Amino acid sequence: MATNTKDPNAAIGLEGGPSVAATRRAMLGEFWYYFRQNRGAVVGLVVFVLIVATAIFAPLLAPYNPSTQIRGALLIPPVWQEGGRWEFILGTDAVGRDILSRLLYGARFSLFIGLVVVTLSVTVGVVIGLIAGYFRGAVDTIIMRLMDIILAFPSLLLALVLVAVLGPGLLNAMIAIALVLQPHFVRLTRAAVMAEKSRDYVTAARVAGAGNLRLMFKTILPNCTAPLIVQATLSFSTAILDAAALGFLGMGAQPPTPEWGTMLAEAREFILRAWWVVTFPGLSILVTVLAINLMGDGLRDALDPKLKRS
Amino acid sequence: MLRFFLGRLAVLIPTFIGVSIVAFTFIRILPGDPVMLMSGERVMSPERYAELNQQLGFDRPLWVQYFDFLGGVLTGDLGNSIVTKRPVLNEFFTLFPATLELSLCAIILAVLIGVPLGIIAAVRRGSWLDQSIMGAALVGYSMPIFWWGLLLIILFSGILQWTPVSGRISLLYYFPPVTGFMLVDSLLSGQEGAFRSAVSHLVLPSIVLATIPLAVIARQTRSAMLEVLGEDYVRTARSKGLPPRRVIGLHALRNALIPVITTIGLQVGVLIAGAILTETIFSWPGIGKWMVDSVFRRDYAVVQGGLLLIAGLIMLVNLLVDVLYGLINPRIRH
Amino acid sequence: MTSKLTFAAILMAATAISGTAAAKTFVYCSEGSPEGFDPGLYTAGTTFDAAAHTVYNRLLEFKPGTTETVPGLAESWDISEDGLEYTFHLRPGVKFQTTDFFTPTRDLNADDVLFSFERQWQDDHPWHQYVAGASWEYFNGMGFPDLIESIEKVDDMTVRFTLKRREAPFLANLAMPFSSIVSREYADQLEAAGNEQLMNQQPLGTGPFEFVAYQTDAVIRYRAHEDFWNGEQAIDDLVFSITPDASVRYQKLQAGECHLMPYPNAADVEAMKSHPDLKVMEQEGLNVAYLAYNTTQAPFDNVQVRKALNMAINKEAIVDAVFQGQATPAKNPIPPTMWSYNEEIEDDPYDPEAARQMLEEAGVTDLSMKIWAMPVSRPYMLNARRAAELIQSDFAEIGVDVEIVSYEWAEYLDRSRAEDRDGAVMLGWTGDNGDPDNFLHTLLGCDAVGGNNRAQWCNEEFEDLVVQAKQVTDQEERAELYRQAQEVFKQEAPWATLVHSLSIVPMRKEVEGFVQSPLGDFAFEGVDLVE
Repeated sequence: MATNTKDPNAAIGLEGGPSVAATRRAMLGEFWYYFRQNRGAVVGLVVFVLIVATAIFAPLLAPYNPSTQIRGALLIPPVWQEGGRWEFILGTDAVGRDILSRLLYGARFSLFIGLVVVTLSVTVGVVIGLIAGYFRGAVDTIIMRLMDIILAFPSLLLALVLVAVLGPGLLNAMIAIALVLQPHFVRLTRAAVMAEKSRDYVTAARVAGAGNLRLMFKTILPNCTAPLIVQATLSFSTAILDAAALGFLGMGAQPPTPEWGTMLAEAREFILRAWWVVTFPGLSILVTVLAINLMGDGLRDALDPKLKRS
Repeated sequence: MLRFFLGRLAVLIPTFIGVSIVAFTFIRILPGDPVMLMSGERVMSPERYAELNQQLGFDRPLWVQYFDFLGGVLTGDLGNSIVTKRPVLNEFFTLFPATLELSLCAIILAVLIGVPLGIIAAVRRGSWLDQSIMGAALVGYSMPIFWWGLLLIILFSGILQWTPVSGRISLLYYFPPVTGFMLVDSLLSGQEGAFRSAVSHLVLPSIVLATIPLAVIARQTRSAMLEVLGEDYVRTARSKGLPPRRVIGLHALRNALIPVITTIGLQVGVLIAGAILTETIFSWPGIGKWMVDSVFRRDYAVVQGGLLLIAGLIMLVNLLVDVLYGLINPRIRH
Repeated sequence: MTSKLTFAAILMAATAISGTAAAKTFVYCSEGSPEGFDPGLYTAGTTFDAAAHTVYNRLLEFKPGTTETVPGLAESWDISEDGLEYTFHLRPGVKFQTTDFFTPTRDLNADDVLFSFERQWQDDHPWHQYVAGASWEYFNGMGFPDLIESIEKVDDMTVRFTLKRREAPFLANLAMPFSSIVSREYADQLEAAGNEQLMNQQPLGTGPFEFVAYQTDAVIRYRAHEDFWNGEQAIDDLVFSITPDASVRYQKLQAGECHLMPYPNAADVEAMKSHPDLKVMEQEGLNVAYLAYNTTQAPFDNVQVRKALNMAINKEAIVDAVFQGQATPAKNPIPPTMWSYNEEIEDDPYDPEAARQMLEEAGVTDLSMKIWAMPVSRPYMLNARRAAELIQSDFAEIGVDVEIVSYEWAEYLDRSRAEDRDGAVMLGWTGDNGDPDNFLHTLLGCDAVGGNNRAQWCNEEFEDLVVQAKQVTDQEERAELYRQAQEVFKQEAPWATLVHSLSIVPMRKEVEGFVQSPLGDFAFEGVDLVE
């Protein structure tokens, strides 16, 4: 389940003292060792870093402004196809916007969506999960029933209706996706907290006079991080996929935002006439999500000692 | 066993009530006054507005409306669609077979391909075969299926012209629905070529909808198999000199399948979420598309009833999976 | 080409099986599912195409390709001196359809007409609420409850409507889909069986095609009505293949899977025109998109200001950027396909320089205003936001600062009605009955201030003209009054008239006899397939 810091000494070590840095370095070293074993994960990491770089340097890399419409350059095919031009390497869309530039800028939206959704759902989910797992009783029952209710709906359907309620748009789509993803964090955190709570090091800390908040956040939480990190990685890719799906259904980012899903929705009418306007945005989504999932697999292998065997 | 079942049911009831409250509240806070929207650019007189509001019951206190709704749910009346004026339940049952047929085909496809692939990968752990299967599974798992569907349409319907673009069967065939399943109905109709046409319409949507469950099932089967293959009794069986095929077939597989069945059950939610996208792409007249259309048309009654029916359905399937799991694996009953 | 051949092959195989000699099937790739099949209950064009124009007829019909009315189920009618009594003489020998679910025993008579209207009109009529939530939207929307004094059966073949006031557009309203005549006998049969709902699911009328079956959200099937009073149909079967996605419709059209489709993507139209197997019809739709100033608020109460702003708008740019050329700039508040359209009116020229001067002369400097843009795509304005942005930059050129505002659609409609609303509202209208009254009086009359009259504009001269035109029954006299009203409108400029969107109908070359309706209907009476 969690990392190998389950003995009370390590827990105390986490709270201060000279050994912290060394322990951490050792842990990181071990982690990196296992992570590196997984070739796919390393490839995923490299691709992901490239995408992040693309997102950051989009204004420098993109040959055009993503929303500039170049009159007289409508639906130009990619450069390697007949009729393609070097100015538009991946071609242009129906209103003469450079597809490459839009894709580069689109990376920003996807990463931003992933980041915001994961931050939101992890923060909220962990806090609620901690409360449920730590206090148990009626609070726990109510929280878990609420989570059951959210989980009873197919996530995309719930997000779709939520966005309809909040109004279509990128921000609302992110809120809706965060809401449907957060029960997973609640469940994970709660289970981990319940498992950890009865352990010796927690009792030791309690005897030493630690308050509820300190016990929850400083003593228990750090020992539940491994599954949370893995889940967060998976949620990152789910968030990107769901936001793109909402965009595709017309409920996510609104045109002319160069969000990949929205680009696909706009491109649908050209599906049989201009394959490139359909193909590239989807490919970008796939590559990004795949890279993150590869990393997620690697992370799980490196962080989860039980699965290391296989 | 009965106690186990009843216990699960007892937990479901408050959840179901919660679900009904959520479904009910959602549409009340949906922006856009449905009565006002009915008239569009045409101005409605205040009297007419009040009359319609009253007719649709929107003028009563919220809690009265809710209990009315709940009472309706218990007696099998989910109200009438605001757009078509037809009972929501009727619409659901007319469209549900289409979704069920598609989902069943998808899940069968996913199991028939996913389970063997997972077993092969586990048995040949570490080989190039394992790596390619798992690589492909991860690609499938990461697939934006709405794009995947479009790609398949471009290739098979556009370029190769092997499959039709949308719908359930060619217009040339007509027969009244008997079961609602086009595959069955087309056979019953006795019309030559009808079955083939139904199959050709079903192929692409099934592939698209099966993609993610297939990947999940393959991955799950592999890790379940690995777990079981590492267990003592399998090692014992092996060391006793049983041929590998027997070991895998008899001992390992049966035990490995338990978590796989759970996984399959859990795919129901995934399938319905997938159906929303798949049906939209292929103009498949099922409940996924029905829900999307209704959200856009602000058909309150349908969104409300549909949310409840779909959530209820998923809860029911999960309950069945739980029970099935309890039957196969008696340990968890206690 | 291959697919077309295979399609033909399958078609031949299918007909061989059914044994009938070369049945002609016309397939229409419709844009959506009908809401139901009782035209009185609904307002969507999709529903009217599927029910009203196939299965049913009305007392009067629109002459194909025009907005003029011609005799339908009523062979002739008399209007009393005071213009209040309309007596309709029904066409003798009109047969209802004979189908699997109903066999008529008599021809059309006055009972059917009475039943068709009374069910919509009388609150206590047994059929008034036969589907829960039935609101008879158009019957109410066109003001029939306030207009009709009585409907009487004079004899079996004569019906008299008495009105409370003179209302010339009344005849046009009787040609609208909601005025479709249903069978009293069929209704009685359903009522006896306790199956009233079927009226909305298995329609039965006197129209050119009889209903066969509907597979929800997929296909509607019709067969030609053999005893149709207006002649035999050239096609045997009519199929609506419901295909909501415009690019899929286009693909099916190319593949020969359907013969005609509505609402193509603007981007595809050029390709359709040059496609060897297709032909394209186009016509201005019965609509207008406009920008309504609030004529009660300074500085828009000044005609000079309104005129100046109108001259600053580049309508061609809107046509190109929003409609990809599939629209025409509008100079009058009614579309060119409508009778009484005033051809002679000159549009304000696009002239930013003159506009700027006019503003200065009017003493308006540093004007900043709001432009309201609809949040939804409408047939008359596909993308209001984009159009508003274009106008924003046009106005910036003459020194007017624009802020674009938008609200959720229902709220937008509601708020834009307020008499003290600020700025200019973008909106539009799609005609109901092809009568100019339905534009000029409905949208610009004094009664409509605070309602449909978004310009809050009440001009005595204009009002007199349109009210008078409502009361005289002579068509030519009415047209003259409306032409004058359009002149007053142009002088006073309560709106900037923006565009009329084009209605474009692509079809396969073998389609013959389809007439494009200025009302936006898709009716297939008289179509044929000629190889």
